[in-house]
Amino acid sequence: MELWTSLPVIVRILLGIVAILLPLLGLVAYYTLAERKIIGYIQVRIGPNRVGFRGLLQPIADAVKLMFKEIVIPTRADKGLFLLAPMIAIAPALAAWAVIPFDAGLVLSDINAGLLYILALTSLGVYGIIIAGWASNSKYALLGAMRSAAQIVSYEIAMGFALVGVLVAAGSLNLGAIVGAQSGSALTWFWLPLLPLFGVYLVSGVAETNRAPFDVAEGESEIVAGFHVEYSGMAFAVFFLAEYANMILIATLTALLFFGGWLSPFPQAWVDGVFLLDDGFHWLLVKVFFFMFVFLWLRATFPRYRYDQIMRLGWKVFIPITIAWILVVGLAVVYKLPPWWAV
Amino acid sequence: MTFDTVNLIPVLPEILILILASAVLLVDLYVKEAEKGTLHTLALIGVALALAATLLVGGGERQVVLEGHYVRDALSDALKAMILIVGLLVFVYSRDYLRDRGLATGEYYALALFALLGMMVMVSANSFLAIYLGLELLALCLYALVAFDRDSQRGAEAAMKYFVLGALGSGMLLYGISMIYGATGSLALDEVAAVVAEQGLENLVLVFGLAFLVVGIGFKFGAVPFHMWVPDIYEGAPTPVVLLLGSAPKIAALALAVRLLIDGLGGLQSDWQGMLVILSVLSMGLGNLLAIAQTNIKRMLAYSTISHVGFIFLGLLAGTADGFAAAMFYAIVYAMMAAGAFGILLILSRRGFDAEHLDDLKGLNDRDTWYAAVMALMMFSMAGVPPFVGFMAKLFVLKAVVDIGMTWLAIVAVFFSIIGAFYYLRIVWLIYFDKPTTDAPLTDSGGVRVAMSLNGLAVLGLGLFPATLLAICQAAFL
Amino acid sequence: MGFEKFLFYCFAAITVVAAGMVVTRRNPVHAVLYLVLAFVSSAVLWLLIEAEFLGIVLVLVYVGAVMVLFLFVVMMLDVDLAALRAGFVRFLPIGGLVAAAMAVQIFLVVGPANFGLEAFPKPPAAPAEYSNTEALGLALYTEHLYPFEIAAVILLVAIVAAIRLTLRRRPDTKYIDPSAQVQVKKGPDRVRLVKMPAEGKVETP
Repeated sequence: MELWTSLPVIVRILLGIVAILLPLLGLVAYYTLAERKIIGYIQVRIGPNRVGFRGLLQPIADAVKLMFKEIVIPTRADKGLFLLAPMIAIAPALAAWAVIPFDAGLVLSDINAGLLYILALTSLGVYGIIIAGWASNSKYALLGAMRSAAQIVSYEIAMGFALVGVLVAAGSLNLGAIVGAQSGSALTWFWLPLLPLFGVYLVSGVAETNRAPFDVAEGESEIVAGFHVEYSGMAFAVFFLAEYANMILIATLTALLFFGGWLSPFPQAWVDGVFLLDDGFHWLLVKVFFFMFVFLWLRATFPRYRYDQIMRLGWKVFIPITIAWILVVGLAVVYKLPPWWAV
Repeated sequence: MTFDTVNLIPVLPEILILILASAVLLVDLYVKEAEKGTLHTLALIGVALALAATLLVGGGERQVVLEGHYVRDALSDALKAMILIVGLLVFVYSRDYLRDRGLATGEYYALALFALLGMMVMVSANSFLAIYLGLELLALCLYALVAFDRDSQRGAEAAMKYFVLGALGSGMLLYGISMIYGATGSLALDEVAAVVAEQGLENLVLVFGLAFLVVGIGFKFGAVPFHMWVPDIYEGAPTPVVLLLGSAPKIAALALAVRLLIDGLGGLQSDWQGMLVILSVLSMGLGNLLAIAQTNIKRMLAYSTISHVGFIFLGLLAGTADGFAAAMFYAIVYAMMAAGAFGILLILSRRGFDAEHLDDLKGLNDRDTWYAAVMALMMFSMAGVPPFVGFMAKLFVLKAVVDIGMTWLAIVAVFFSIIGAFYYLRIVWLIYFDKPTTDAPLTDSGGVRVAMSLNGLAVLGLGLFPATLLAICQAAFL
Repeated sequence: MGFEKFLFYCFAAITVVAAGMVVTRRNPVHAVLYLVLAFVSSAVLWLLIEAEFLGIVLVLVYVGAVMVLFLFVVMMLDVDLAALRAGFVRFLPIGGLVAAAMAVQIFLVVGPANFGLEAFPKPPAAPAEYSNTEALGLALYTEHLYPFEIAAVILLVAIVAAIRLTLRRRPDTKYIDPSAQVQVKKGPDRVRLVKMPAEGKVETP
């Protein structure tokens, strides 16, 4: 049967998925440790240092603890949806990685509409939060879910427009092609001509992932922990994983879309073939780690925004900025502004 | 696929209305509450400019531009000009009413202008896509306008009914369009017409699509049995909105029917003729009979609209060039009469009082002889009394029906219009032979008297000298 | 059976079942979520006919934005479905009759006789570098520019209408104006220094 002839393809795809997800989940685990350590140092503390050498085994201890905890289901909660919510939250966060290129040609699924696919999947993440909030049968959870849904839907528009700018600049929706369009040196990467869009994207990315200073959906001091207040054990851990996987995704996308992905910051002529200075996966890694650090840095630095201020920033500041800048980029592309769009 | 700005010249009237509507929205943000009159002026300027542009770019050969979606021909020129003229009347008549009730906001003018734009798009459409989008643009504006007085329960209820039934009608139309697209593989009217001429009645899908199209058109016209929304909306909506939705959209609906049934599916005429006969007879009968029982004048005029729609269908179903011209004549004339009649209701209304009942017209002659005369003129004309234009319109339509040998239909129409004459003449009786119940002053500042006089004289003058308008209508179907 | 066909039948079945659940679920939130499922699986069907742009946009717009807001509203409302179903049995016969008539008509007209494979053969597969995003953009901005612009005006009207019908400034609500807040200058807006004369020596009893 024809179904069996496609089996090798399916197996190859499955192996690819494993090859992406395992390192990703490891990274998520150690990102939590990095967060506690970095914020600790910023606040002149040491952070976790008891489990293993300098606390390096802490994430594993946390994982074991969460796995053995009981998942408490509140009375009159909608049991099915309550358990489904964490899965809905994490699925898009992981599925989005399918179209992320790690190096020239190194991508699981090289589709034309890659950018759109990412946008569509990140917009699905909100369902996990809304369903969790509703199914918990708890007022704090519902409030958190409402806040988060409004916030994510609002910032998605600004984020989408920022990506439209990138799409106009690169002339393609394929992530590999977008990186290719930035080749040259650090000055030809899109962060410079698209500087306002880069800022909007980064801040919207923080808002989309409900991270500080836009973490009103959790808001420990206001609504206890927001949408996941009723979750415990692995169900809680899965939300946690989804949030961190999303942060890494946003950091990676920022690196790919505005900072040339795996491209070397030096002009190609200087570093051609030079070990570690030439283009390669390690450059992407460096950039991604930097933006991951920025997420933590923001959290340690800024107090939480008030809810109406968040809405105002999204609708009245970011959306107009992005629309105006798309116009500018469009003109620059049409009139071939050098050095980015020289013939 | 090359783009040339020359292609935009025929579209100039639409572009002007769009710019002015957007300008109204922007200006609204910066003018103070006391200076909202600026918006009225701006809207009038916009409509006048578009009217001038229509006359300027109009005339001459038929032009098809914008990749075949837009057509400018004698039909579109005439109908667009009439829509804009009626639009001017609407704005002039409704100013005081809106100002007194705090409704004269930028949104009202913007939505009304967008509604005019929607009608113009329908009139000039040369593809199913453009027709449908124009229709939706018009309908969406009207839904919002019906609910415009937010504190009015009846307005909200009327808007809800209008929205649900309007969406149903649009859905029917769209379903029919999708069938026709499936059968012909094209959305352009001329290509559809070519396929229809080739296949005719043999293609079941075409016939099926046609049935849905006729239902959709019936909904939009408010013909029986798809008339349920008309009386409730006329009664519930603010009078200026009824003035807007009861007048010019009839012209646009005529364009909808002409473009769809004649330009697109002319080859299926034998099929849609029968459907229109049923709609027409039911509309004339039910409209006129139910109108007699009404005490609310807006509701009465709603049923009167339904009966007039029946007459317009008479002209269309004749299927001859004379018949189409007669239907067009009728629609234009009806829009003017409706504008005049609702305009008088607006004049009778004042701050805190809406003229809605037949009793409110009592003794109008003692309060203002001129307006009483104009209202009587409108009523005589609607009833079809010679020498007013309503009589001429009915005459042309009936002649077209007799010409194709459907004399029985003409007799039915005459019979129902004699029944209908009763309630129109009752209003004339109230105006002249009853004592006024109040002596509150009439609200007619800012050129209302001039506009109303012109409106009344047009109804009288066109009745005496119908040749010019008739010639324009006939030229549209050469 | 090819893999694509297998996928088609899987997702077609999911779509139909989910659509059925939308109308039969008692809990409105569940109904909305089944609708979301129906949208997602029909997006997959679109992907299978190589309409990847439309499929992804269906997820992005309908699932990602429209249905979220819909869910939002449904969660806030206490919909009494029992009341809504009160007339169900009474109107079932006539409703069923209409539905049956429609189904028969549609089957006769839209069935294989008129829309079978002979009338509409399978289109040739698109070449590998063909991007239907680009093709769609070209068609929208050239061939269908006029309808596209009208659609834009319709959306503008929808915005104006929605704002007009819902936005009201109640005089009794207290609200903060963030834009006034963030524009506070460092100088006199924040702190007012008041000079007061010294009160002189205070007598201690």
